[in-house]
Amino acid sequence: MSLVDIQDVRKNFGPLEVLKGVSIEIGRGDVAAIIGRSGSGKSTLLRCINGLEEFQAGAITVDGMAVGKTDLRTLRRHVGMVFQQFNLFPHLTAGQNVMLAPTVVAKMQKGEARDTAAGLLEKVGLAGKFDAYPSQLSGGQQQRVAIARALAMQPTVLLCDEITSALDPELVNEVLRVVEQLASEGMTLILVTHEMRFARDVGTKLIFMHQGRVHEEGAPKTLFANPQTPELAQFVTGAH
Amino acid sequence: MIEFSFAIILENLLLATRWTILLSLIAFVSGGLVGLLVLFGRVSKHEVLRLLTAGYIEFFQGTPLLMQLFLLFFGIALFGVEVSPWVAAWLALTFWTSAFLSEIWRGCVESVPRGQWEASGTLAMTYMEQMRYVILPQAMRIAVAPTVGFSVQVIKGTALASIIGFVELTKAGTMLNNATFRPFLVYSLVALIYFCLCFPLSWCSKRLEARLNVAR
Repeated sequence: MSLVDIQDVRKNFGPLEVLKGVSIEIGRGDVAAIIGRSGSGKSTLLRCINGLEEFQAGAITVDGMAVGKTDLRTLRRHVGMVFQQFNLFPHLTAGQNVMLAPTVVAKMQKGEARDTAAGLLEKVGLAGKFDAYPSQLSGGQQQRVAIARALAMQPTVLLCDEITSALDPELVNEVLRVVEQLASEGMTLILVTHEMRFARDVGTKLIFMHQGRVHEEGAPKTLFANPQTPELAQFVTGAH
Repeated sequence: MIEFSFAIILENLLLATRWTILLSLIAFVSGGLVGLLVLFGRVSKHEVLRLLTAGYIEFFQGTPLLMQLFLLFFGIALFGVEVSPWVAAWLALTFWTSAFLSEIWRGCVESVPRGQWEASGTLAMTYMEQMRYVILPQAMRIAVAPTVGFSVQVIKGTALASIIGFVELTKAGTMLNNATFRPFLVYSLVALIYFCLCFPLSWCSKRLEARLNVAR
Protein backbone atom coordinates (compact mmCIF):
# COMPACT_ATOMS: atom_id res chain seq x y z
CA MET A 1 0.00 0.00 0.00
CA SER A 2 1.18 3.48 -0.76
CA LEU A 3 2.35 5.73 2.05
CA VAL A 4 0.40 8.78 0.98
CA ASP A 5 -2.82 7.97 -0.80
CA ILE A 6 -4.82 10.82 -2.30
CA GLN A 7 -8.18 9.79 -3.73
CA ASP A 8 -10.41 12.09 -5.77
CA VAL A 9 -9.81 15.13 -3.57
CA ARG A 10 -11.95 18.16 -4.27
CA LYS A 11 -11.53 21.54 -2.69
CA ASN A 12 -13.07 24.90 -3.29
CA PHE A 13 -12.58 28.37 -1.92
CA GLY A 14 -16.12 29.69 -2.08
CA PRO A 15 -17.34 29.32 -5.66
CA LEU A 16 -13.82 28.72 -6.98
CA GLU A 17 -12.98 25.05 -7.32
CA VAL A 18 -9.19 24.70 -6.98
CA LEU A 19 -8.91 20.91 -6.79
CA LYS A 20 -11.24 19.08 -9.13
CA GLY A 21 -10.76 15.47 -8.13
CA VAL A 22 -7.08 14.74 -7.60
CA SER A 23 -5.79 11.20 -7.10
CA ILE A 24 -2.13 10.46 -6.44
CA GLU A 25 -0.35 7.56 -4.77
CA ILE A 26 3.05 8.07 -3.27
CA GLY A 27 5.09 5.15 -2.01
CA ARG A 28 7.58 4.97 0.84
CA GLY A 29 10.88 6.50 -0.20
CA ASP A 30 9.39 8.26 -3.20
CA VAL A 31 10.48 11.76 -4.11
CA ALA A 32 7.39 13.20 -5.70
CA ALA A 33 7.75 16.52 -7.47
CA ILE A 34 4.57 18.42 -8.16
CA ILE A 35 4.93 21.00 -10.89
CA GLY A 36 2.53 23.29 -12.65
CA ARG A 37 1.61 26.91 -13.20
CA SER A 38 0.65 29.11 -10.30
CA GLY A 39 -3.00 28.66 -9.55
CA SER A 40 -2.95 25.03 -10.69
CA GLY A 41 -3.69 23.91 -7.13
CA LYS A 42 -0.33 22.32 -6.28
CA SER A 43 0.32 24.21 -3.03
CA THR A 44 -3.28 23.76 -1.93
CA LEU A 45 -3.00 20.02 -2.50
CA LEU A 46 0.18 19.88 -0.43
CA ARG A 47 -1.47 21.82 2.40
CA CYS A 48 -4.40 19.39 2.40
CA ILE A 49 -2.05 16.53 3.24
CA ASN A 50 -1.24 17.86 6.72
CA GLY A 51 -4.56 19.52 7.42
CA LEU A 52 -3.53 23.14 6.85
CA GLU A 53 -6.39 23.23 4.37
CA GLU A 54 -9.63 21.31 4.56
CA PHE A 55 -11.05 19.60 1.53
CA GLN A 56 -14.68 19.08 0.66
CA ALA A 57 -14.65 15.64 -0.92
CA GLY A 58 -12.38 12.66 -1.45
CA ALA A 59 -9.91 11.09 0.94
CA ILE A 60 -6.26 11.39 1.91
CA THR A 61 -4.49 8.80 4.03
CA VAL A 62 -0.95 9.10 5.32
CA ASP A 63 0.58 5.89 6.62
CA GLY A 64 -2.92 4.56 7.22
CA MET A 65 -4.16 7.71 8.99
CA ALA A 66 -7.16 9.32 7.34
CA VAL A 67 -6.72 13.09 7.11
CA GLY A 68 -9.72 14.85 8.62
CA LYS A 69 -10.64 11.84 10.76
CA THR A 70 -7.34 11.35 12.56
CA ASP A 71 -6.52 13.79 15.37
CA LEU A 72 -4.60 16.63 13.75
CA ARG A 73 -1.75 16.38 16.24
CA THR A 74 -1.21 12.68 15.63
CA LEU A 75 -1.21 13.27 11.88
CA ARG A 76 1.19 16.18 12.06
CA ARG A 77 3.69 14.30 14.19
CA HIS A 78 4.20 12.14 11.12
CA VAL A 79 4.06 14.81 8.45
CA GLY A 80 6.74 17.49 8.43
CA MET A 81 6.53 20.65 6.39
CA VAL A 82 8.93 23.28 5.08
CA PHE A 83 7.53 26.56 3.79
CA GLN A 84 8.46 28.99 1.07
CA GLN A 85 8.91 31.80 3.58
CA PHE A 86 10.88 29.64 6.07
CA ASN A 87 8.62 30.71 8.98
CA LEU A 88 11.37 30.29 11.55
CA PHE A 89 10.52 31.54 15.02
CA PRO A 90 12.37 34.87 15.06
CA HIS A 91 12.63 35.11 18.86
CA LEU A 92 14.49 31.79 19.12
CA THR A 93 17.99 30.83 18.00
CA ALA A 94 18.51 28.29 15.23
CA GLY A 95 19.14 25.61 17.84
CA GLN A 96 16.07 26.56 19.87
CA ASN A 97 13.96 26.53 16.72
CA VAL A 98 14.95 22.92 16.16
CA MET A 99 14.63 21.95 19.84
CA LEU A 100 11.20 23.46 20.47
CA ALA A 101 8.86 20.79 19.10
CA PRO A 102 10.86 17.82 20.45
CA THR A 103 10.81 19.27 23.97
CA VAL A 104 7.29 20.70 23.95
CA VAL A 105 5.44 18.16 21.83
CA ALA A 106 7.50 14.97 22.13
CA LYS A 107 8.49 15.70 25.78
CA MET A 108 12.14 14.97 25.06
CA GLN A 109 14.66 15.95 27.75
CA LYS A 110 16.40 19.29 27.13
CA GLY A 111 19.87 17.75 26.93
CA GLU A 112 18.82 15.08 24.51
CA ALA A 113 16.90 17.59 22.38
CA ARG A 114 19.97 19.82 22.33
CA ASP A 115 22.16 16.98 21.08
CA THR A 116 19.59 16.04 18.44
CA ALA A 117 19.29 19.66 17.31
CA ALA A 118 23.06 20.07 17.12
CA GLY A 119 23.27 16.87 15.08
CA LEU A 120 20.55 18.01 12.68
CA LEU A 121 22.09 21.44 12.21
CA GLU A 122 25.38 19.75 11.41
CA LYS A 123 23.58 17.53 8.92
CA VAL A 124 22.23 20.57 7.06
CA GLY A 125 25.66 22.17 7.12
CA LEU A 126 25.09 24.69 9.92
CA ALA A 127 27.16 23.22 12.73
CA GLY A 128 28.42 26.61 13.91
CA LYS A 129 25.07 28.37 13.82
CA PHE A 130 23.33 26.86 16.85
CA ASP A 131 23.17 30.18 18.71
CA ALA A 132 22.49 32.43 15.74
CA TYR A 133 19.10 34.10 15.44
CA PRO A 134 17.21 33.73 12.16
CA SER A 135 17.78 37.40 11.32
CA GLN A 136 21.52 36.78 11.42
CA LEU A 137 21.28 34.03 8.81
CA SER A 138 20.97 34.19 5.03
CA GLY A 139 17.82 32.94 3.36
CA GLY A 140 19.48 29.68 2.41
CA GLN A 141 20.72 29.14 5.94
CA GLN A 142 17.28 29.93 7.36
CA GLN A 143 15.66 27.43 5.05
CA ARG A 144 18.15 24.77 6.11
CA VAL A 145 17.33 25.47 9.75
CA ALA A 146 13.66 25.06 8.81
CA ILE A 147 14.45 21.67 7.28
CA ALA A 148 16.33 20.64 10.43
CA ARG A 149 13.38 21.81 12.52
CA ALA A 150 10.99 19.64 10.52
CA LEU A 151 13.34 16.64 10.70
CA ALA A 152 13.59 16.93 14.48
CA MET A 153 10.12 15.40 14.78
CA GLN A 154 11.25 12.42 12.69
CA PRO A 155 8.46 12.72 10.14
CA THR A 156 7.39 9.81 7.97
CA VAL A 157 6.95 12.16 5.06
CA LEU A 158 8.26 15.67 4.46
CA LEU A 159 6.27 18.25 2.50
CA CYS A 160 8.23 21.03 0.82
CA ASP A 161 6.20 23.97 -0.45
CA GLU A 162 8.29 25.88 -3.01
CA ILE A 163 11.13 25.97 -0.54
CA THR A 164 13.60 27.64 -2.89
CA SER A 165 11.24 30.18 -4.45
CA ALA A 166 11.98 32.94 -1.95
CA LEU A 167 15.74 32.49 -2.21
CA ASP A 168 18.31 34.43 -4.16
CA PRO A 169 19.49 32.26 -7.08
CA GLU A 170 22.95 31.66 -5.62
CA LEU A 171 21.41 30.24 -2.41
CA VAL A 172 19.11 27.75 -4.11
CA ASN A 173 21.67 25.00 -4.50
CA GLU A 174 22.72 24.77 -0.86
CA VAL A 175 19.10 24.03 0.04
CA LEU A 176 18.57 21.60 -2.83
CA ARG A 177 21.71 19.69 -1.82
CA VAL A 178 20.21 19.09 1.61
CA VAL A 179 16.97 17.85 0.06
CA GLU A 180 18.92 15.63 -2.27
CA GLN A 181 20.78 14.14 0.66
CA LEU A 182 17.47 13.42 2.42
CA ALA A 183 16.20 11.74 -0.72
CA SER A 184 19.29 9.56 -0.92
CA GLU A 185 18.72 8.50 2.69
CA GLY A 186 15.29 7.22 1.73
CA MET A 187 13.10 9.98 3.17
CA THR A 188 9.71 10.22 1.51
CA LEU A 189 9.43 13.70 0.04
CA ILE A 190 6.62 15.56 -1.66
CA LEU A 191 7.87 18.76 -3.24
CA VAL A 192 6.01 21.54 -4.91
CA THR A 193 8.76 23.08 -6.95
CA HIS A 194 9.80 25.20 -9.89
CA GLU A 195 13.25 23.60 -10.03
CA MET A 196 12.75 21.48 -13.14
CA ARG A 197 16.27 20.13 -13.25
CA PHE A 198 16.03 19.05 -9.62
CA ALA A 199 12.65 17.42 -10.25
CA ARG A 200 14.14 15.50 -13.15
CA ASP A 201 17.40 14.46 -11.50
CA VAL A 202 16.25 13.69 -7.96
CA GLY A 203 12.55 12.99 -8.33
CA THR A 204 11.22 9.46 -8.62
CA LYS A 205 7.79 10.63 -9.62
CA LEU A 206 6.62 13.70 -11.46
CA ILE A 207 3.14 15.12 -11.19
CA PHE A 208 2.08 17.89 -13.54
CA MET A 209 -0.98 19.73 -12.30
CA HIS A 210 -3.10 21.83 -14.55
CA GLN A 211 -6.33 23.64 -13.67
CA GLY A 212 -6.96 21.70 -10.48
CA ARG A 213 -6.30 18.26 -11.94
CA VAL A 214 -3.38 15.88 -12.37
CA HIS A 215 -2.75 16.42 -16.04
CA GLU A 216 0.16 14.02 -16.40
CA GLU A 217 2.21 11.88 -14.09
CA GLY A 218 5.00 9.40 -14.40
CA ALA A 219 8.74 8.96 -14.22
CA PRO A 220 10.39 12.40 -14.39
CA LYS A 221 12.97 11.61 -17.06
CA THR A 222 10.41 10.04 -19.39
CA LEU A 223 7.91 12.82 -18.87
CA PHE A 224 10.40 15.62 -19.41
CA ALA A 225 11.83 13.98 -22.51
CA ASN A 226 8.47 13.00 -23.87
CA PRO A 227 5.53 15.05 -22.62
CA GLN A 228 2.23 13.47 -23.64
CA THR A 229 0.12 16.62 -23.51
CA PRO A 230 0.63 20.00 -25.18
CA GLU A 231 0.21 21.73 -21.78
CA LEU A 232 3.15 19.92 -20.22
CA ALA A 233 5.23 20.35 -23.37
CA GLN A 234 4.59 24.05 -23.27
CA PHE A 235 5.22 24.24 -19.56
CA VAL A 236 8.53 22.40 -19.83
CA THR A 237 9.82 24.49 -22.71
CA GLY A 238 8.57 27.66 -21.08
CA ALA A 239 10.35 26.84 -17.85
CA HIS A 240 13.74 26.35 -19.44
CA MET B 1 -8.82 78.35 62.29
CA ILE B 2 -5.84 76.37 61.24
CA GLU B 3 -3.36 78.01 58.88
CA PHE B 4 -2.50 75.80 55.89
CA SER B 5 1.01 76.55 54.82
CA PHE B 6 2.27 75.50 51.38
CA ALA B 7 4.27 72.76 53.07
CA ILE B 8 1.22 71.29 54.76
CA ILE B 9 -0.80 71.33 51.54
CA LEU B 10 1.99 69.64 49.64
CA GLU B 11 2.58 67.11 52.39
CA ASN B 12 -1.08 66.11 52.48
CA LEU B 13 -1.25 65.83 48.72
CA LEU B 14 1.83 63.65 48.65
CA LEU B 15 0.42 61.43 51.38
CA ALA B 16 -2.73 60.97 49.33
CA THR B 17 -0.61 60.24 46.25
CA ARG B 18 0.35 56.95 47.89
CA TRP B 19 -3.24 55.80 47.44
CA THR B 20 -3.29 56.90 43.83
CA ILE B 21 -0.15 54.89 43.19
CA LEU B 22 -1.41 51.87 45.09
CA LEU B 23 -4.79 51.88 43.36
CA SER B 24 -3.11 52.31 39.97
CA LEU B 25 -0.73 49.44 40.59
CA ILE B 26 -3.39 47.07 41.85
CA ALA B 27 -5.79 48.00 39.06
CA PHE B 28 -3.08 47.61 36.46
CA VAL B 29 -1.95 44.21 37.72
CA SER B 30 -5.42 42.74 38.19
CA GLY B 31 -6.62 44.42 35.01
CA GLY B 32 -3.68 42.84 33.20
CA LEU B 33 -4.50 39.38 34.54
CA VAL B 34 -8.18 39.64 33.65
CA GLY B 35 -7.15 41.20 30.33
CA LEU B 36 -5.04 38.15 29.55
CA LEU B 37 -8.04 35.88 30.15
CA VAL B 38 -10.24 38.09 27.99
CA LEU B 39 -7.55 38.05 25.31
CA PHE B 40 -7.59 34.25 25.19
CA GLY B 41 -11.35 34.34 24.77
CA ARG B 42 -11.12 37.04 22.13
CA VAL B 43 -8.68 35.12 19.91
CA SER B 44 -10.02 31.64 20.62
CA LYS B 45 -11.55 29.33 18.06
CA HIS B 46 -14.90 29.12 19.90
CA GLU B 47 -17.36 31.57 18.50
CA VAL B 48 -19.39 31.88 21.71
CA LEU B 49 -16.28 32.82 23.69
CA ARG B 50 -15.27 35.32 21.05
CA LEU B 51 -18.70 36.96 21.08
CA LEU B 52 -18.90 37.05 24.88
CA THR B 53 -15.50 38.67 25.25
CA ALA B 54 -16.21 41.07 22.40
CA GLY B 55 -19.37 42.12 24.25
CA TYR B 56 -17.42 42.56 27.47
CA ILE B 57 -14.85 44.74 25.73
CA GLU B 58 -17.48 46.80 23.93
CA PHE B 59 -19.35 47.43 27.17
CA PHE B 60 -16.37 48.61 29.18
CA GLN B 61 -14.88 50.58 26.31
CA GLY B 62 -18.21 52.06 25.30
CA THR B 63 -19.38 53.42 28.65
CA PRO B 64 -17.70 56.07 30.80
CA LEU B 65 -15.49 54.77 33.57
CA LEU B 66 -17.45 57.01 35.93
CA MET B 67 -20.69 55.20 35.10
CA GLN B 68 -18.99 51.88 35.72
CA LEU B 69 -17.84 53.15 39.11
CA PHE B 70 -21.36 54.33 39.97
CA LEU B 71 -22.90 51.07 38.82
CA LEU B 72 -20.55 49.06 40.98
CA PHE B 73 -20.66 51.34 43.99
CA PHE B 74 -24.40 52.01 44.09
CA GLY B 75 -25.62 49.06 42.04
CA ILE B 76 -24.21 46.34 44.24
CA ALA B 77 -25.48 48.16 47.31
CA LEU B 78 -29.02 47.61 45.96
CA PHE B 79 -28.55 43.90 46.57
CA GLY B 80 -27.80 44.62 50.20
CA VAL B 81 -24.06 44.16 49.88
CA GLU B 82 -21.96 47.01 51.23
CA VAL B 83 -19.18 47.90 48.84
CA SER B 84 -16.39 50.10 50.13
CA PRO B 85 -15.10 52.82 47.80
CA TRP B 86 -11.81 50.89 47.71
CA VAL B 87 -13.39 47.71 46.41
CA ALA B 88 -15.67 49.52 43.99
CA ALA B 89 -12.78 51.54 42.57
CA TRP B 90 -10.58 48.47 42.35
CA LEU B 91 -13.23 46.40 40.56
CA ALA B 92 -14.27 49.14 38.15
CA LEU B 93 -10.70 49.98 37.23
CA THR B 94 -9.88 46.28 36.83
CA PHE B 95 -12.73 45.69 34.38
CA TRP B 96 -12.04 48.89 32.51
CA THR B 97 -8.28 48.24 32.28
CA SER B 98 -8.78 44.62 31.22
CA ALA B 99 -11.08 45.68 28.38
CA PHE B 100 -8.51 48.07 26.96
CA LEU B 101 -5.44 45.92 27.55
CA SER B 102 -7.01 42.83 26.00
CA GLU B 103 -7.87 44.83 22.92
CA ILE B 104 -4.35 46.29 22.70
CA TRP B 105 -2.90 42.82 23.10
CA ARG B 106 -5.27 41.30 20.57
CA GLY B 107 -3.83 43.66 18.00
CA CYS B 108 -0.35 42.50 18.96
CA VAL B 109 -1.25 38.80 18.75
CA GLU B 110 -2.87 39.32 15.37
CA SER B 111 0.18 41.16 14.07
CA VAL B 112 2.23 37.97 14.44
CA PRO B 113 2.40 36.60 10.88
CA ARG B 114 0.12 33.71 9.91
CA GLY B 115 3.14 31.64 8.95
CA GLN B 116 4.12 31.41 12.61
CA TRP B 117 0.79 29.74 13.40
CA GLU B 118 1.18 27.41 10.44
CA ALA B 119 4.78 26.48 11.22
CA SER B 120 4.08 25.76 14.89
CA GLY B 121 0.83 23.96 14.05
CA THR B 122 2.65 21.81 11.53
CA LEU B 123 5.05 20.82 14.31
CA ALA B 124 2.02 19.29 16.07
CA MET B 125 1.79 21.92 18.81
CA THR B 126 -1.56 22.48 20.51
CA TYR B 127 -3.21 25.88 20.53
CA MET B 128 -1.92 26.63 24.02
CA GLU B 129 1.60 25.50 23.14
CA GLN B 130 1.57 27.68 20.04
CA MET B 131 0.45 30.63 22.14
CA ARG B 132 2.92 30.07 24.93
CA TYR B 133 6.08 29.28 22.99
CA VAL B 134 5.62 31.00 19.65
CA ILE B 135 2.90 33.64 19.46
CA LEU B 136 2.89 35.39 22.85
CA PRO B 137 6.68 35.82 23.12
CA GLN B 138 6.58 37.70 19.83
CA ALA B 139 3.37 39.58 20.60
CA MET B 140 4.77 40.66 23.97
CA ARG B 141 7.69 42.46 22.37
CA ILE B 142 5.25 44.48 20.32
CA ALA B 143 2.94 44.98 23.30
CA VAL B 144 5.43 46.44 25.78
CA ALA B 145 5.34 50.03 24.55
CA PRO B 146 1.55 50.45 24.17
CA THR B 147 0.98 48.65 27.48
CA VAL B 148 3.28 50.98 29.37
CA GLY B 149 1.64 53.85 27.52
CA PHE B 150 -1.79 52.71 28.65
CA SER B 151 -0.69 52.63 32.31
CA VAL B 152 -0.80 56.43 32.11
CA GLN B 153 -4.53 56.18 31.39
CA VAL B 154 -4.99 53.96 34.44
CA ILE B 155 -3.28 56.49 36.72
CA LYS B 156 -5.45 59.29 35.41
CA GLY B 157 -8.49 57.02 35.64
CA THR B 158 -8.02 56.60 39.38
CA ALA B 159 -8.95 60.29 39.78
CA LEU B 160 -12.57 59.31 39.18
CA ALA B 161 -12.52 57.18 42.32
CA SER B 162 -12.55 60.47 44.24
CA ILE B 163 -16.22 60.90 43.28
CA ILE B 164 -17.34 57.83 45.21
CA GLY B 165 -15.38 59.03 48.21
CA PHE B 166 -12.08 57.25 47.87
CA VAL B 167 -9.44 59.59 49.23
CA GLU B 168 -6.66 59.63 46.67
CA LEU B 169 -4.84 62.56 45.13
CA THR B 170 -7.83 64.29 43.50
CA LYS B 171 -10.10 63.83 46.51
CA ALA B 172 -7.38 65.15 48.82
CA GLY B 173 -7.06 68.16 46.53
CA THR B 174 -10.79 68.83 46.75
CA MET B 175 -10.73 68.54 50.53
CA LEU B 176 -7.73 70.85 50.85
CA ASN B 177 -9.35 73.36 48.55
CA ASN B 178 -12.48 73.33 50.69
CA ALA B 179 -10.36 74.12 53.72
CA THR B 180 -7.99 76.67 52.16
CA PHE B 181 -10.01 78.27 49.33
CA ARG B 182 -6.87 78.36 47.21
CA PRO B 183 -8.06 76.30 44.21
CA PHE B 184 -5.42 77.47 41.80
CA LEU B 185 -2.53 76.54 44.05
CA VAL B 186 -4.06 73.24 45.17
CA TYR B 187 -5.13 72.00 41.77
CA SER B 188 -1.88 73.15 40.17
CA LEU B 189 -0.05 70.98 42.65
CA VAL B 190 -2.42 68.08 42.03
CA ALA B 191 -1.87 68.36 38.28
CA LEU B 192 1.88 68.61 38.76
CA ILE B 193 1.95 65.45 40.85
CA TYR B 194 -0.08 63.56 38.22
CA PHE B 195 2.32 64.80 35.61
CA CYS B 196 5.31 63.60 37.62
CA LEU B 197 3.71 60.15 37.82
CA CYS B 198 2.69 59.95 34.20
CA PHE B 199 5.50 61.62 32.32
CA PRO B 200 8.21 59.06 33.13
CA LEU B 201 5.85 56.32 31.94
CA SER B 202 5.07 57.99 28.62
CA TRP B 203 8.74 58.71 28.16
CA CYS B 204 9.56 55.08 28.91
CA SER B 205 6.91 53.94 26.46
CA LYS B 206 8.41 56.08 23.70
CA ARG B 207 11.89 54.81 24.40
CA LEU B 208 10.74 51.19 24.45
CA GLU B 209 8.86 51.68 21.23
CA ALA B 210 11.93 53.06 19.52
CA ARG B 211 14.12 50.27 20.86
CA LEU B 212 11.84 47.28 20.31
CA ASN B 213 10.85 48.44 16.85
CA VAL B 214 14.35 47.73 15.68
CA ALA B 215 13.67 44.26 14.35
CA ARG B 216 15.96 41.53 15.53
